[in-house]
Amino acid sequence: MNSMSESTISKHFEEHFFVSGHTACSGCGQALATRLVVDAIGKNNIVANATGCLEVFSTKYPQSSWRIPWIHSLFENAAAVASGIEAALRYLGKIDTVRVCAFAGDGGTADIGFQALSGMLERGHDVLFCCFDNEAYMNTGIQRSGLTPFQASTTTSPAGKVWKGNWRLKKSLVEIVAAHFVPYSASASVGFPQDLQRKVKKAISLRGPKYIQIHVPCPLGWGFDSSLTIDIGKKAVLSGLYPLVEYEGGKLTKVFKLSQKIPVIDYIKPQSRFRHLLKDEEALRQLQKVADKNIEYYKLGEV
Amino acid sequence: MRKFLEGSHAVAEAVKRCKPGVISAYPITPQTHIVERIADFVANGELNAQFINVESEHSAASVVLGAEACGVRAFTATSSQGLILMSEVLFNIAGLRLPLVLVCANRALSAPINIWNDHQDAVALRDSGWIMVFAESNQEVHDFIYQAYKVGENPKVMLPVMVNMDGYILTHGMEPVDIPDQALVDKFLPPYNPPYKLDIDNPLSLGLLGDPTVYLETRYALQKTLEEIKDLIPKVGEEFKQLFGRKGLNFVESYKVDDADSVILGMGSLCGTVKDFVDKKREEGEKIGLLRIIVYRPFPKKIIYELLKEKERLFILEKAISLGMEGPLYTEVKSLFNKPSPKMYGFIAGLGGRDITFNTLEEMLKVGEDKEVDCYFLDVDHSLLKDEFYV
Amino acid sequence: MFGPLAAKPGSSKENKTGSWRTLRKPKFLHKNCIGCGLCKLICPEGCIIGEGKNTYINDELYCKGCGLCSYICPKKDIEMVPERK
Repeated sequence: MNSMSESTISKHFEEHFFVSGHTACSGCGQALATRLVVDAIGKNNIVANATGCLEVFSTKYPQSSWRIPWIHSLFENAAAVASGIEAALRYLGKIDTVRVCAFAGDGGTADIGFQALSGMLERGHDVLFCCFDNEAYMNTGIQRSGLTPFQASTTTSPAGKVWKGNWRLKKSLVEIVAAHFVPYSASASVGFPQDLQRKVKKAISLRGPKYIQIHVPCPLGWGFDSSLTIDIGKKAVLSGLYPLVEYEGGKLTKVFKLSQKIPVIDYIKPQSRFRHLLKDEEALRQLQKVADKNIEYYKLGEV
Repeated sequence: MRKFLEGSHAVAEAVKRCKPGVISAYPITPQTHIVERIADFVANGELNAQFINVESEHSAASVVLGAEACGVRAFTATSSQGLILMSEVLFNIAGLRLPLVLVCANRALSAPINIWNDHQDAVALRDSGWIMVFAESNQEVHDFIYQAYKVGENPKVMLPVMVNMDGYILTHGMEPVDIPDQALVDKFLPPYNPPYKLDIDNPLSLGLLGDPTVYLETRYALQKTLEEIKDLIPKVGEEFKQLFGRKGLNFVESYKVDDADSVILGMGSLCGTVKDFVDKKREEGEKIGLLRIIVYRPFPKKIIYELLKEKERLFILEKAISLGMEGPLYTEVKSLFNKPSPKMYGFIAGLGGRDITFNTLEEMLKVGEDKEVDCYFLDVDHSLLKDEFYV
Repeated sequence: MFGPLAAKPGSSKENKTGSWRTLRKPKFLHKNCIGCGLCKLICPEGCIIGEGKNTYINDELYCKGCGLCSYICPKKDIEMVPERK
């Protein structure tokens, strides 16, 4: 079918700094987001990675998918380790040429990693913190986290006869980070990959703490076919459930306006984690309310 | 230069002369004076370092972990609750083979909350893979800082070192301390140059997932390193003595032990009191001595055995307890001498999920036929133990 | 073994994840391709190479057959076909 030699085809190993051979699930949103982020930041970056899906599927001894310097310490200290790396680079006088990133999942950012993140933001370290938000503790088998959305079913917030899945709203981490008055706090999605790369490039053009929360749909955890990752990501944004916003210096400066809005049912129908809502009119109405509130709050509808 | 200093300030003066690049600070009584004095140095331009005010001890240890991983010498200090809070990171630092130096101002563990001195905090970390030393005086803790970096940063060691000093007794007690010139310290302690680090010119990945096929070997390698530094420590101590003109680091201090019938064993500043007590008892005609254990990890098994095997009585005095068992130092010293009727062999297996199979058990029985062992690792895949640490 | 568990950059090249495919794989038709490069942009494995019209192709040694390239192609120039082993 293709006449190219193996050595020609495998030049993708030179083109990217997060390369093939990792053991992410087929269609993994987080693998896609990582590739997009790392391609955008380039080779002069050091990454501190929290425990989670990304760390596990990219570095099982003796293999690593990373072609930039990378360190994994613990679950909750990605921001603190990144702070230490940044301080070391500052001491060595290399902070202008070598940059620092911290990567963590939603658990390692909003829950167990929250303290270290807040400390890093408050101290003003020049670090780009990317939260890969697949809305649950995926690596340990889909448990509820602080960023699990309203009514999503997880193994520790399952939908049953009494419970309708997760009963809390997502923690507004983008706003909490912005409340530290850092240069940049934004949300992005793999549903809009070019927007994500734009935001990454914008972030690294700034000095100081930057935060990008990336919505990364998880085929296994959310229950949909691997080819729909980007589609589901798009629909989350277009329904209003995952607004794409940008805060600079604590002020809301930009939102992704919804030229076409879709009802939440279009977003949740393909996902088995929301299956219990399809027969529950009242629950669905409540979820639509959440979306509508976002649209009103961020003025997403005014084109 | 001779100064009359409290121990915490003696530590700060030593740290300053080691020129760390990153220092993380979180307050906890009774170590706070250490980081406060270092902050003064940085604030007045006397020390060029990044001084990071972290939001918890867990982050304090994580920040210096990140710095050491970049090849920059780092320092932090803590005590009791802080040490236990950062214990997760301390195990991580030992496993990542980063030669951090940490000063622990030994203090009792909560609950009940108590800010005064004992050794429960440090001994709780004795399994972590850290090199641990206990200082008796302010001069010693000052001198140990230089030697700690030298031992830890040795490319064949690459292990973190905890320098223990008794909270309040040493941290706040004032003693005369001889502080060397920077030039002399520079002669003794070269700049930190690790064999591996985070570097864009050689972009390694550090801290990988080690599944059951490889984890056991990492622990074996760490244990081997701790066993092999038995020669390095007195060598560093001797080098220190040659350069600075006073005694350097050694595993133990033997005080009137040679002709003693009874020997008291202890660690830290309590040994100062014991030495005076030994002198008093000697005047009364009792043949008693003190063996002060300075390096607690790696535990100087052979040295203690050789010095004490002919003694009549050993009094092991310690400021800690392994609740539910006995004092940890007692357990460890006792294990050197007991010759019970059954022969006893100690084996390590199954680390990191490595299955224990009939082969493991056969190996165990076979080893027991040949010799007495006290810490034999079963199932080690020696092909994994190369000099290089990546494939 | 000495030192932390570490790995050389890009050593995951040893792991040929193409063996994971059991269901389907992409077929790059090279008929209506406009050279937008979206397929290369969004591959989670990063194993699509190419630069310009009708040059894009996946590396079958690593492609997991997720189908995202086929989904995103605006000209429907990538088809998912059954994997024959």
